[in-house]
Amino acid sequence: MSETITGSAAGFPLLTLLTTLPLVGAALALLIGKHARGIALFTTLIGLVLSLIVWIHLPANGTMGLVEVHPWAPSLGVEYHLGVDGLGALMLVLSAIVTLMSVDAAHRVHHMPGLYYGLVLMLQSGLFGSFTALNFFHWFLFWELSLIPAFFLIKLWGGPRRGPAATQFFIYTMAGSVALLLAFLALFLSTGTMDFMQLAAMAADGSLARLVTAHVGAAMPWLAIGVLAGFAVKVPLFPFHTWLPDAYAEAPSPVTMLLTGAMSKMGVYGLLRIALPIFGAQIAAMRTPLLVLAVATVVLGAWAAAAQKDLKRVFAYSSVNHLGYCLLGIFALAVPAVDAGARASQAAALNGVILQMFNHGLTAAALFWFLAMMQMRSGGLRGIDDFGGLRKPAPIFAGLMGIALFSSLGLPGLNGFVGEFLIFRGVFPLAWIGATVSVLGLLITAAVILTVIQKVFSGPVPERWQAFPDLHASEWLALAPVIGLMLLLGLVPQLVLSAVNPTVTNLLAHWRF
Amino acid sequence: MLALTIYVSFLGAIVVAIGLPANPPRLARIFALLVAAAGLAFAVAGFIAGMGQGSAVLTDKLWVPSMGIHFLLVADGISRVLVLLTGIASVAGVLFSWNIEQRANQFFAFYLALIGGVYGVFLSGDFFLLFVFYEIAIVPKYFLIAIWGSTRREYGAMKLALYSFAGSAMVLIGLLAAYVTAGSHSTTLAALAHAGLPASFQMWCFPLVFVGFAILAGMWPFHTWAPTGHVAAPTAASMLLAGVVMKLGAYGCLRVAMGVFPHGLDPWGFTFLGLGSWRAVFGLLAVIGIVYGALVALAQSDFKFVIGYSSVSHMGFVLLGLMALNQIGLDGAVLQMFSHGVIAGLLFAIVGRIVYDRTHTRQLAELETMHLARRLPFAAWAFVLAGMASIGLPGFSGFVAELQVLTGAWKAEPWWTLAAGVGIVVGVAYTWRALQRAFFTDSIPPPHVLEYEHTHKLDPITWPEYAGVALLLISTLVVGLYPRILLDQIEPAVKALLAGGVQ
Repeated sequence: MSETITGSAAGFPLLTLLTTLPLVGAALALLIGKHARGIALFTTLIGLVLSLIVWIHLPANGTMGLVEVHPWAPSLGVEYHLGVDGLGALMLVLSAIVTLMSVDAAHRVHHMPGLYYGLVLMLQSGLFGSFTALNFFHWFLFWELSLIPAFFLIKLWGGPRRGPAATQFFIYTMAGSVALLLAFLALFLSTGTMDFMQLAAMAADGSLARLVTAHVGAAMPWLAIGVLAGFAVKVPLFPFHTWLPDAYAEAPSPVTMLLTGAMSKMGVYGLLRIALPIFGAQIAAMRTPLLVLAVATVVLGAWAAAAQKDLKRVFAYSSVNHLGYCLLGIFALAVPAVDAGARASQAAALNGVILQMFNHGLTAAALFWFLAMMQMRSGGLRGIDDFGGLRKPAPIFAGLMGIALFSSLGLPGLNGFVGEFLIFRGVFPLAWIGATVSVLGLLITAAVILTVIQKVFSGPVPERWQAFPDLHASEWLALAPVIGLMLLLGLVPQLVLSAVNPTVTNLLAHWRF
Repeated sequence: MLALTIYVSFLGAIVVAIGLPANPPRLARIFALLVAAAGLAFAVAGFIAGMGQGSAVLTDKLWVPSMGIHFLLVADGISRVLVLLTGIASVAGVLFSWNIEQRANQFFAFYLALIGGVYGVFLSGDFFLLFVFYEIAIVPKYFLIAIWGSTRREYGAMKLALYSFAGSAMVLIGLLAAYVTAGSHSTTLAALAHAGLPASFQMWCFPLVFVGFAILAGMWPFHTWAPTGHVAAPTAASMLLAGVVMKLGAYGCLRVAMGVFPHGLDPWGFTFLGLGSWRAVFGLLAVIGIVYGALVALAQSDFKFVIGYSSVSHMGFVLLGLMALNQIGLDGAVLQMFSHGVIAGLLFAIVGRIVYDRTHTRQLAELETMHLARRLPFAAWAFVLAGMASIGLPGFSGFVAELQVLTGAWKAEPWWTLAAGVGIVVGVAYTWRALQRAFFTDSIPPPHVLEYEHTHKLDPITWPEYAGVALLLISTLVVGLYPRILLDQIEPAVKALLAGGVQ
C-alpha cells in the first residue's frame, strides 16, 4: 500500500465516535421513549457538528484522512479500518443533514416514539459506518445495519400497503447483499484480504485478476456482476428499481426522506469506493450494456414520473431519474483515458457525480418534507389533482417548495444544476450517444416538475383550500437553512468542489480501466 | 477445572432427584440454576485458563485394565469452546424452565444428567468413555420429552431415541472393529488414531461411524427425528437438543470419525454417480440438508417446526465445513456449532417459552390474529434480533461462522458454496416470513379485538426470561463482533487435528 492511498492517520478516533454516537442515542431513545424526540434531535445535531469537523479536517491532497486501523479477526482478513476522503466526508455531512431534517419532519410520530427514533438513529449509524468503512466486513456490517431499521420503519409506520412494500424492499436488498457477499468471499479466497484499499491496489497493478484466476478460475466478470448487482438494487439501476416506488410511497414521509436522501447514496458510494477501484477493467468491458441501462434509468424514470398521479410516486420516480445521471456519469467515465482531454472529461463527470449525490440528497429530502407538510394540512391527500392555487393561501410554502422544485429541475443558480451540468460536460465527450439520449430525461423531468408547480400552486383556489395554512415560523425557520444551502451551493459550488476535486484527482489517478 | 463441569452436573442431578422434595418446585429450580451456573463458571474458568494452551490432559486413570479402557479427560480448544457453549445453554435452559411446576425435581434431575453427559462427551479422550457419556445423554432426553413434552410427545420421544440408538450402534460397531483391527491395548482415541489402521479398513469403517454420529447432527436424509423431537420437547429440552445435543453428533464426526479414520476421506479410486469419495458424498448431503431444510422451513405452518427445520439447515453448514477439510472450513464448522447452539437456543426459547406458554398456540395462522408485536413487544424484538443472528447478518456469530464455512467449502468445491448461498437466501425468506406472520401483522384490529386484548392481557415477561434472552443475545453478539475470542482457541486445535492426519 503506497502512502498516497493510505493517507495520514489521526490521533483521535473521530470517525468511531461519529458512528457510535447515534447508537448511544438510539439506546437512550429506546429507554426513555417520552423524551425520544429530544434525544434524537440532540444526537443528530451533534452528529452534524462532528461531520462538519470531519469535513474541515480532510487532507488537502484528496487522500484518506482520519484513518483508524486496528486488528480485528486477522485470519478472516478482517480489520477495523476507517477513513474518509472528500467523497466519504461529503456523504457523512449529507447523512447528518438528511437525518436531522427527517427527525425534525417526524414531529407527528406519536405511536411508539421511542422505537421510531431509536430505529432512525440506528439507521444513521449504519450510514455513518458504511461511509467510513474501508474493510468489507466492517462495511457490510453497517450496510446491513441500515437495512433492518429501514424495514421496520416502513413496516410499522407506513401507509396501507406497507407490509408488501417493506418485504419487497427487504428481499430485493438482501438478494443484492448475498451477491455482494459471495463476490467478496471469492476475492478473499484469492487474496486473503477484504481491505478495499489493498484490493484496489492489487487491481491497479493487475495482480488481482491473476490471483482470482489462479484460485477461483476465470470468474472476474462474474464477481464484478455480483458486486454491481448489490449496488444496482440499492441505487437503483433499471430494471432493479421495481421495489422503490412502493417503498417510497408507503414509507412515512420522514422515512422516505432518509431512504432517498441518504440510503440511495450508499449504492452510488459503493460503486465509487468499491466497484470501480476493484473491478474497473471488468466494468470498462461491460460499459456499453451498463450505459444502456443507465440511460434507460434516466429516461424511463422521468417518463414514469410523468405518468403518476400520486405526488409521492412522482418524486419517487423522479429520484430514479436523478440518480440515473450519477450512474450515467460513473459508467461513462469507465474507459481508459487516451489523452488529457479525456482525463479532464472523466474528472468533470466524477466531480458532477459526487456533487449530484449531495444535491439530490438535499433536494429530494426537502421535497418529501414539503409533501409531509402538505399531507398534514390536507388530511393525508397527496394526489397531484387534489390541490390547486396554493400560492394564494400559502405564499411562503409555495415559494420555498418552488425553490426546491426548481432545484430538482436543475435550474441554473440552484444546487441541482451544477452536478448535472458537470455530468453532461464529462459524459458528452466520453459517450455522446448516451448523453444525447439522456437529455430526453432532462426535458421530461422539466415537464413533470413544471406540471406539478402548475397544478399545485397555480390556477383557481378550490373552495376547500381557501384557508390552506401557510408555514408557521417554526417550520420555515427549520426549512430556511436547507433552502439557503440550495441557493448557496448553486451560486458558490466551489464550497464543495474545492474539497471534492482533489479527491477526484486522487481517485482517477488510482483507477485502472 | 473443566472436569468439574461433569462432576458438578451429575452430583447436582443426584441431589435434586433424591435429596429435594417435589414441592415447592421453586427449590428444585433454584438449586438447578445454581448447579448450571457453577458448571458455566467452571467452563468459563477452564476456557480462560486454556487460552494459549494446546491440548491438555485433565484426568487419566486406568478404568478397565483388561481392555485398556481409560477414564481419560482431554481438552483442546474445540472442547473448551463446546464446553463453554454447554455451560451457556444449560444456564439459559434452566431460566426458560422457570415455569415447570409438575415434578420439577425430576425434571431438573434429568436435565442436569443430560448436561453432565454432554460435558462428558466433549471432554472424553477415550472412545469407550465417550460412548458411555453419549448414551447417558440419550436416556434423559427421552424422558424429558415423553413426560414434559407437548405435541405428539410419545411419538417424538420414541423416534428420537430410536434414531439415536441406531446411530450409536453404528458407532459402537465401527469403533469395536477398529479396536480389534488395531490390536492395541488401549481404547483412547489417540491410540486408535496412531494404530496405523489399514486404509482399506478405514474406507468402510469411516462412513459407518460418521453416519452414526451425523444422525444426531441432523444430516439429511437422517434428520427426520430432529423437527418432530424439537417440537415435542419442552422448551428447555428443545433448546438443549438443538443447542448442544446436535453438536454432540457433529463433534463425534469431527473428533472420532475424522480423527480416527483420516483415510476414510481419501478418494475411492473410482467414481459412482460423479462422486469419488466419502467426502464428496457427505459434502453433497450437507448441501442438500442446507437447502432442503430451508425450503421445508419456508412451508411450515407451525412456528416451532420452522425453527426445527432451520436447525437442519444450519447444521448442514457444520457438516459442510467439516467436509471442506481445510483450516478455515473446520474453524468455521466449530464456530458454527457454538453459534447455532446459542441462536437455536434463543429461537426455541422465544417460540416455546415466551410465546407458546402465553398464547397456547404455535400455528402461524392463529398467531397472525393476535397482534403480538403490540402485546408482547419484548418477544417480538428479541425474535427480530435472534432472526437477524439466524440469517447470518454481520455483527452476529452466525455471519463469521458461515462465512468461514463458505470460504472453506469454496476452496474444496466451489459449487458447494453457490448451492449453500441459495440456502442462505431461502433462510432469509423463511425467517422473515415467520417473523412477520407471528409478530408483525398488518391488519389494524377492529375495536372488539382491541377490547378483547385489553381484558385478556398476556402474562408479563418474567425476570428469568429477560435474563435468559440477554445471556444468549450477548453471547452471539460478543462472538460476532469479536470472533477472535473463540477463534484463537479453535484455530490451533484445528491445526493440530489437520496435522494429526485429517487431510
